[in-house]
Amino acid sequence: MALLETRNLLAFYGDFQALYGIDTSVDTGETIAIIGANGAGKSTYLKAIAGLMRGSADSVVFDGQPIGSRPAAAVMKLGIALVPEGRRLFPSLTVEENLLIGGDRRRTPGPWSLQRVYSLFPILKERRSSATPTLSGGQQQMAAIGRALMSNPRILLCDEISLGLAPIIIADVYAALPQIKADGTSVVLVEQDIAQAMKVADRVYCFQEGRLSLAGRPRELTRDQIHRAYFGA
Amino acid sequence: MTGWLDALIQGVLLGGLYALFAAGLSLIFGVMRLVNLAHGDLIVLAAFVILVIAERLGLDPFAAALVALPVLFAAGFALQYFLLNRTLGRDLLPPLLVTFGLSIIIQNGLLQLFSADSQRLRSGAIETASIALGGGIAIGVVPLLTLVSAITVIVILNLIFHHTALGRAFRATSDDLDIAQLVGIDIRRVFATAMGVAFTVIAIAALYLGLRANFDPTSGPARLLYAFEAVIIGGLGSFWGTLAGGIVLGLAQTIGARIDPEWQILSGHLAFLVVLVLRPRGLFPRALD
Amino acid sequence: MTNAAPPPQAFRIETAGRASRFAAVGAGVILLVLVALPAVAGRNLIQDLMVLFYMLALAQCWNLLAGYAGLISVGQQAFVGFGGYLLFALTLKAGLDPLLAIPIAGLTTAIVALPTALIVFRLRGAYFAIGTWVVAEVFRLSFAQVKGLGGGTGTSLPPSATSGVFGIEWVKTVLDVRTPAARDIVSYWAALALMAGTLAVIYALLRSRRGLALGAIRDHEAAAAGLGVDIYRVKLAVYVASAAMTGMIGALIYLQKARISPDAAFSVLDWTAYVIFIVVIGGIGTMEGPVVGAIVFHLLQRYLADFGAWYLILLGTVGLAVMLFAPRGLWGLIAERYDVTLFPIRRRLMIDRGDGET
Repeated sequence: MALLETRNLLAFYGDFQALYGIDTSVDTGETIAIIGANGAGKSTYLKAIAGLMRGSADSVVFDGQPIGSRPAAAVMKLGIALVPEGRRLFPSLTVEENLLIGGDRRRTPGPWSLQRVYSLFPILKERRSSATPTLSGGQQQMAAIGRALMSNPRILLCDEISLGLAPIIIADVYAALPQIKADGTSVVLVEQDIAQAMKVADRVYCFQEGRLSLAGRPRELTRDQIHRAYFGA
Repeated sequence: MTGWLDALIQGVLLGGLYALFAAGLSLIFGVMRLVNLAHGDLIVLAAFVILVIAERLGLDPFAAALVALPVLFAAGFALQYFLLNRTLGRDLLPPLLVTFGLSIIIQNGLLQLFSADSQRLRSGAIETASIALGGGIAIGVVPLLTLVSAITVIVILNLIFHHTALGRAFRATSDDLDIAQLVGIDIRRVFATAMGVAFTVIAIAALYLGLRANFDPTSGPARLLYAFEAVIIGGLGSFWGTLAGGIVLGLAQTIGARIDPEWQILSGHLAFLVVLVLRPRGLFPRALD
Repeated sequence: MTNAAPPPQAFRIETAGRASRFAAVGAGVILLVLVALPAVAGRNLIQDLMVLFYMLALAQCWNLLAGYAGLISVGQQAFVGFGGYLLFALTLKAGLDPLLAIPIAGLTTAIVALPTALIVFRLRGAYFAIGTWVVAEVFRLSFAQVKGLGGGTGTSLPPSATSGVFGIEWVKTVLDVRTPAARDIVSYWAALALMAGTLAVIYALLRSRRGLALGAIRDHEAAAAGLGVDIYRVKLAVYVASAAMTGMIGALIYLQKARISPDAAFSVLDWTAYVIFIVVIGGIGTMEGPVVGAIVFHLLQRYLADFGAWYLILLGTVGLAVMLFAPRGLWGLIAERYDVTLFPIRRRLMIDRGDGET
């Protein structure tokens, strides 16, 4: 059985329907890429899993438990962590405090500690006492990932971590992934940078206007298939 | 000349009391953007609680206040958790009007229970004790204790805010409600805890209010205004700023009183308005806003 | 695929629904009845209605500020008291006819409200509210220093001033009543005129293009600003207008009471707490709400005010409960159930489908 499954997942913003019955699965240790155009529903999908949007209880099943209607704080304690779009570090907290707060309320056992995050992202140790708005985009992204890791997640949800970053910085950020995967942590990457995502993913889902338009393994999919799934017929 | 020096010293000491009034208000606004219109009445309520505990248990006010601390913490926690949490959201009106209604209820409830008589917290010899500074100037022990307590409270609040996990949660919640939930923070409990802490500060403020002056059920609104003025003069976002604001307000009042005793309160209000016009963000606002 | 263009659609903007048309006629009738009432009603009823009128007028002003412009003031008593003191000053010191003093008081209050606004507008939200309270306290403490008007204990209007009001002699002869009753009746008509005038001004304002701006500000300030609405000026205009009307009402109130003191004139309870209660119970952000609220409040005052502190606890609790569980007030509940509007302010887009249907 998969670690995480979404079954007929729906999502609404008021009257607007953003997701029309999404069925996906994530196994332990897998890396999943979610691709699609702007507004396709990728971020909404992550928010729904993380508990920022509530749906019916069994629309999201984690480790056999229905969690679709649980609030974000409870979902985090089960072992699902979200690196939100735009990083969204806490401006009143220093870098180190942002990392600490990621772990203050964790309930799951795991290998992550302040020391380990610093060894993954050494620049954060240098800037540990800085206010987060003074960090560069790439450094902020590393801090946001570090904050999420501090909760010892079994699934790490990443929402557009390459957004607004120069290619060389993106490479730095993605360089951290192997170590995260090595622990057996599943990673779900929402990305607009398809090439980068496909390089690291075991499987890929493509969203189009709130629906799944493609699912498969990167190696088995043709460019044409992806193009059609991304942009529509 | 000693008259003016005396006014300055009394002003600073009075500022300690106002800083105590203001610290609770500042804390609540800092964490949850709530301005509690019943704040002054809660200080008066706490003073009555201390009074009752002192009389029933035969304690002096300081001991009674110590006993009152956990009681008031729980009361604040409950008030926020069960009532005020319901008012928080995007709309400005509900928290304002609910706390305004609360203010009316508290004032009249106290009137029913205790009548309109003036009350005082009796502490025996300390009340009139003073320390002579030479040159005919003396500092009352109680006013001095008030200032020292105010400084202590602010030091402790800063410690909590900047060196504990709870403080991290306070600051994170104030920054970004959604992401705070993502890191596992239960907003309702954090708000309730903040209110509980504010109530303990209110209790300490109440102790010194009752020691320094008479109070009665209608004393609340004036205290709210002083607390508010101290916060605005000092600038939002900093507890030390609130202390400074309280002292500026205290000085304005005592200097005004020196010119004409009837002008004491008016001078304070005018000083507040002047600061508002010249420095709308206060004298020591937090750098980033 | 056929390329038929959709038929041209005519549309119009409608404000009055059926209910409001009925209400307009009804209001006219009620107004006539109210004007004629002194001929048949006793003094008690006249006095009661007068209080109802001016509380309703105050409530409409507060509602305009809070419900439409988003300015929640806990300091309107500043203008009530200021108007009252101005009436006393003009009548006692300048020998003016009190009825003439009322509009002058309103104008002066508006002038004073301008610098006041410039100061308090530096604050936002709840801090703005407390700021207005501080201003009211400054007014109260300042007037307590004016020895010429009684200082801290206040002063009274002598009978010569109150009996010399324009129209009293006429009322005495036509309705065959004594001076005190005639004074009440003239005050009653003045209150009725003020209330009707306040309602008319607010109604006209909300129906105008400025009113559209206010609706936009109330619904979503940031969006309104983005669309070019000059928020600051609109709020300033509303604040000053509301102050002017409140000042006139204050002048009338203290003409009727004939006695003024700083604590009474600038009382938070009488001129803010009760007013807020009326608006909250009735329904914020609608013109019908305060009407309902004023009537409910009047009844409560009549039958329960003797219970003193318990009565106030009741008011506070009811207000609080309404705010939590029925935030749109009594009128809000009625309007939702029956989809009815009496003061046609909102604009409805009616589209003609070209086949006669809309």
